[in-house]
Amino acid sequence: MFPNAFEYYAPETLDEVYGLLEQYGDEAKILAGGQSLLPMMKLRLAAPSVLIDIGHLANLSSTTETAEGLTVGALMRHKAIETGHWQRYPLLGETAPWIADPLVRNRGTIGGALAHADPAADWGAALLALNASVEIESRIGTRRMTLEEFFIDLYTTALEPQEILTRVVIPAPKTGETFARYLKLERKVGDFAVVGVAIAVDLTSDGTIANAGIGMAAMSGVPLAAHQTTSILVGQHLTPALIKEASESACLEGDPQSDRRGSAEYKHSMARIFVERGLTQILQQWRSTQSA
Amino acid sequence: MAMEATETRPLGKSIKRKEDPRLVRGQGRYLDDIMLPGMLYMALARSPYAHARIKGIRLDQAYQVLGVKAILTGADLEKMNLSWMPTLAGDRQMVLATGKVLFQYQEVAAVVAETRAAAEDAVQLIEVDYEPLTPVVDPFVALKAGAPLLREDRAQKDNHIFHWEVGDRKATDDALASSPVVVKEFIRMPRVHPAPVEPCGCIADYQKSTGKLTWYVTSQAPHAHRTVLALVSGLPEHMIHVISPDIGGGFGNKVPVYPGYVCSVVMSLQLGRPVKWVETRTENIATTNFARDYHMTAEIGATPDGVVMALKVATIADHGAFDAAADPSKFPAGLFSIVTGSYDFPVAFAEVDGVYTNKAPGGVAYRCSFRVTEASYLIERVINTLALRLNLDPAEIRRRNFIRPEQFPYQSPLGWTYDSGNYRATLNEALNLLDYEQMRKQQAERRAHGELVGIGLSTFTEIVGAGPSNTFDILGIKMFDSCEIRIHPTGKAIARLGTRHQGQGHETTFAQVIADELGLTTADVLIEEGDTDTAPYGLGTYASRSTPTAGGAAALAARRIRQKATQIAAHLLEVAPEDVEWNGEKFAAKGLQSRAVGMSEVALAAYTNLPEGMEPGLEATYYYDPPNLTFPNGAYVAMVSIDRGTGEVKVERFIAVDDCGTVINPMVVDGQVHGGLTEGFGIAFMQEIAYDEDGNNLAPNFMEYLVPTAVEAPHWETGRTVTPSPHHPIGAKGVGESPNVGSPAAFVNAVVDALSPYGVTNVEIPLFPWKVWNVLKEHGLTE
Repeated sequence: MFPNAFEYYAPETLDEVYGLLEQYGDEAKILAGGQSLLPMMKLRLAAPSVLIDIGHLANLSSTTETAEGLTVGALMRHKAIETGHWQRYPLLGETAPWIADPLVRNRGTIGGALAHADPAADWGAALLALNASVEIESRIGTRRMTLEEFFIDLYTTALEPQEILTRVVIPAPKTGETFARYLKLERKVGDFAVVGVAIAVDLTSDGTIANAGIGMAAMSGVPLAAHQTTSILVGQHLTPALIKEASESACLEGDPQSDRRGSAEYKHSMARIFVERGLTQILQQWRSTQSA
Repeated sequence: MAMEATETRPLGKSIKRKEDPRLVRGQGRYLDDIMLPGMLYMALARSPYAHARIKGIRLDQAYQVLGVKAILTGADLEKMNLSWMPTLAGDRQMVLATGKVLFQYQEVAAVVAETRAAAEDAVQLIEVDYEPLTPVVDPFVALKAGAPLLREDRAQKDNHIFHWEVGDRKATDDALASSPVVVKEFIRMPRVHPAPVEPCGCIADYQKSTGKLTWYVTSQAPHAHRTVLALVSGLPEHMIHVISPDIGGGFGNKVPVYPGYVCSVVMSLQLGRPVKWVETRTENIATTNFARDYHMTAEIGATPDGVVMALKVATIADHGAFDAAADPSKFPAGLFSIVTGSYDFPVAFAEVDGVYTNKAPGGVAYRCSFRVTEASYLIERVINTLALRLNLDPAEIRRRNFIRPEQFPYQSPLGWTYDSGNYRATLNEALNLLDYEQMRKQQAERRAHGELVGIGLSTFTEIVGAGPSNTFDILGIKMFDSCEIRIHPTGKAIARLGTRHQGQGHETTFAQVIADELGLTTADVLIEEGDTDTAPYGLGTYASRSTPTAGGAAALAARRIRQKATQIAAHLLEVAPEDVEWNGEKFAAKGLQSRAVGMSEVALAAYTNLPEGMEPGLEATYYYDPPNLTFPNGAYVAMVSIDRGTGEVKVERFIAVDDCGTVINPMVVDGQVHGGLTEGFGIAFMQEIAYDEDGNNLAPNFMEYLVPTAVEAPHWETGRTVTPSPHHPIGAKGVGESPNVGSPAAFVNAVVDALSPYGVTNVEIPLFPWKVWNVLKEHGLTE
């Protein structure tokens, strides 16, 4: 690796981070796993003059589960989430194994992935499906916003230069049991999604959809939440006919680009197929839990 | 299970690889591991344009970077008459651009600095004033009248490089005209890259005081590279010491000489310090030799029963900016004339036209003996089309056309003499191992349920092992190979060969060949390759030639040792030499097997207790010029299913039955086959070095150029038939390339088979899911 020269800081407190961010502003990049940043620096596509390695900060690599929800520290590595077994949040364990490859999952962090804001990244889609928020801190204070507000554009978030993303907050499911699927088409292991679809559905005992979330990767310039489709689902019984309607709707919510991974038409179709397959699998799983 | 290297009579046994303990522990010594005192680092400035005139180069900013020692441009090289270098294909290639650049990432300047980072920083600060010119990316466009002229340096003022043809055009045309059935197919093998895990690199270490240049280089052919370097640089050849250390894969990519090599040598000569140059991944994929890029049209004429009558092939070969192919000099299209394959065509004709485009130069033989993959892919695809036309099972059309065992040695209509083979037996072995009939039944049942399931065959014939030297040379150097064996007084041996392995297992397999001839164990024989000061001259390792050539030399050198050893044994046994018998492990007195001496006793006597008047020592060298090539063959069968929703193809089963003659080490052969099949899988489904209309390389890294891993690769099944080569000293044929040569057609034929009920006869690789989905959509088959 032959990046451009940079200064390296390894602060141990958030206060130190704030100071460095105030001092260097746009010149600085926060290193939080480095699985996207370092390859870009290696290719000299990114050339920050200052790297702030937040890997030594305490308290950002743990989770807190309460009745209200799950708070995930920004430095939680993908691997830790993959093996975390949060029963009320099955989408986390469904999604994490699809992220890149084991090497990346061992180093990469959830906060780093979100702050990088790649529209094809897996966490964006999954956490939108879970209606998650992020906590952002600076010397001035803490603010919280939904993930949808956080993603502004391609590789662009609502983070100001002096701010740092510290936590991800996932609201707890309210009623029923949560079922989840993450479906991803990738060209090979380690690849970003050609299309990815994350689905979380809370089903009551009579099969009514109490709550639903669908997030889509690589279907727009930002990770996308399929709101119209979830509104079709909520309050209804999950049936093959409803699944068909939802899948037709979901693919219309995206606006993918034609590229070497396939045409926009192809990606629209993949979103439709994945919503249909994901919901069908959930329906089958729910039926088998009912009969058991 | 694998056996220890201490087994006696090791030939044909799965001996554990002697190189593995070193390599799997990370204790190999690759080029970039080598650090020399006072070493400097080189980096190259490269063109962002595919076609542009260079109006000026400014270096003052770059020279400001701390640690920069020197910067070299094409203008500097021009003064030394080194701005162009010869390619192995008889063309020439720019070392550093002068006048204009002809492909994106072309070498424009070389920076040498105290650190690699400083060299890279300086590269970024070199200012080149480019005037963009119209790029030509499509080889068919390049051939059109009025296309922009790319190579202004040539006397010939168009983009056509060469026309090459073989066979009888008129007889073929006549036979096609009178054939009751004619099929014609356009088959494209896109540009791919060998993509070895270790990129190319070198360290040039010129000592001004001694006048000796030590050149560490990732070379599959170190001796040939020494000679080329001597011819290009004017340095005396005995003052050039080429060391090819452990190599992390070559696949043909490390046969040519690259501009970075020349620049580092020039810089070391100028500065008197070692200069290291190691490619980045992008430099490797985007500039060093690619493969394929063959655009082929084939016609087969046949009887209504499917008996072939004629084959006619026309090909456009895209070589990029320079014809930097690494073929034997008399063969601009390599051994493409193997295109009649395993089938008994009465007449055939093939022609190839080479074309320049604004793309990286090449193309090299990527794990294939010089354009054999292209030829095999073509014939195996088009014979499939013929089967579809006649509604014949693909196994049956092959049976009707195979060259029969009694026809060997077989004269092909395009000029080759096939040594041996039993194609029907090899195919039968594959079909039996799979229970082909049952497989077809299952396919029919699944089809009835709406599944898209296909079975594809490929029954290819390879042509490997160049020489013989009367036919094959590289820049005039005959393509023999060599082995030198020395037996030490305690009966241990060192053998050096003119080849250079890159993972093939020579340290084990050649030791097995020699040990088997001499009554030693594999552990007793140390194999060394790659050091031109110690090893005998040879042409290197590529084109599956090591076992056919150097492997023959190893057996024959060992037999020379045995001749002398027989004399010494007679002396020890106190019998006449004609009364000494070699029993496979020891020298025994005829009729008295209990009176015997082994190689260790003989070796000791060679230094301590010789017969009167005999020259001391026990060593031999053999330069083996094979009488013919060898012709391995195989029968590969793939079974696939296609996801109607996503277009993804799942390879459910794949069996490769290879016939590579005598097998030296079954485990090593299986390993070679697994690796080559995985590459063939990548070529069929994942890989293309694509360019946009401006000539920008769209796959210059492993994010876009997809290399299959164990996750993507199907489960491979292997089998074997053994038809020894009648002319090779141990009957071996070479196998490294067969799986890459044979497998792409099996995958594609399987996909076509899955879709053939809906009228599909041809699909173009690579079969990315979206491309398959487009075909499904076109035929109303999507979910």
